[in-house]
Amino acid sequence: MKRVAVQAGDFDVAAELVALEALGGGGVASFTGVVRGGGGLIALELEHYPAMTQAQVDRICDEAMARWPLLGLSVIHRFGRLEPGARIVFVGTASRHRTAALESCAFLIDWLKSEAPFWKKEHFEGGATGWVEARVEDETKAKGWG
Amino acid sequence: MLTIVYFAWVRERIGLDEEQMARPDAGTTIADLIALLAARGGGYADALGDATRLRAALDQRFMALDTPIGDARELALFPPVTGG
Repeated sequence: MKRVAVQAGDFDVAAELVALEALGGGGVASFTGVVRGGGGLIALELEHYPAMTQAQVDRICDEAMARWPLLGLSVIHRFGRLEPGARIVFVGTASRHRTAALESCAFLIDWLKSEAPFWKKEHFEGGATGWVEARVEDETKAKGWG
Repeated sequence: MLTIVYFAWVRERIGLDEEQMARPDAGTTIADLIALLAARGGGYADALGDATRLRAALDQRFMALDTPIGDARELALFPPVTGG
């Protein structure tokens, strides 16, 4: 099972986990990214490259399936305006082996950060805005998987 | 024709989502084209003046800036990605 969704709307984490559990592998790992508040942040705006995003996330998923013995994976990435507390991204993996489930989940989120065409803009109280800068350590982490 | 698409602050500084231009010679690299566009001045210079801050895709695949444009139909220029 490979499920990839790039969408504006929210998603149901429990339903995603249940679908992965139903594959019967015995091990499911997941990561959920949530908009972090504080510092006067009122919203994040996620822009993406519609013609490329789905295919690129699909390639990242294929890479994970080639590297680990997975029964299934699910990747959901939202775009548009998201307020603090809103879910941004979900990665779930299912395998017969916990190491494969955990490692592939970490790999997927690291690669999404540096290899998927999304850009975040922050909106603050008072009207200030700013584009989030890519962090060198994110690129280093993704490269660390070889 | 070559379609050029812009994202994030590159798009904002240029003030366009996309534009068309005459196809450059096949040997022209992405970096060559960035320099040509930056020479237009104004928002183009603001957005594209420092190529070390830019990343690119040709026909929806990430490519290094020294890649020739060849017969690609779409070039995308943008800052390093910040998803996840």
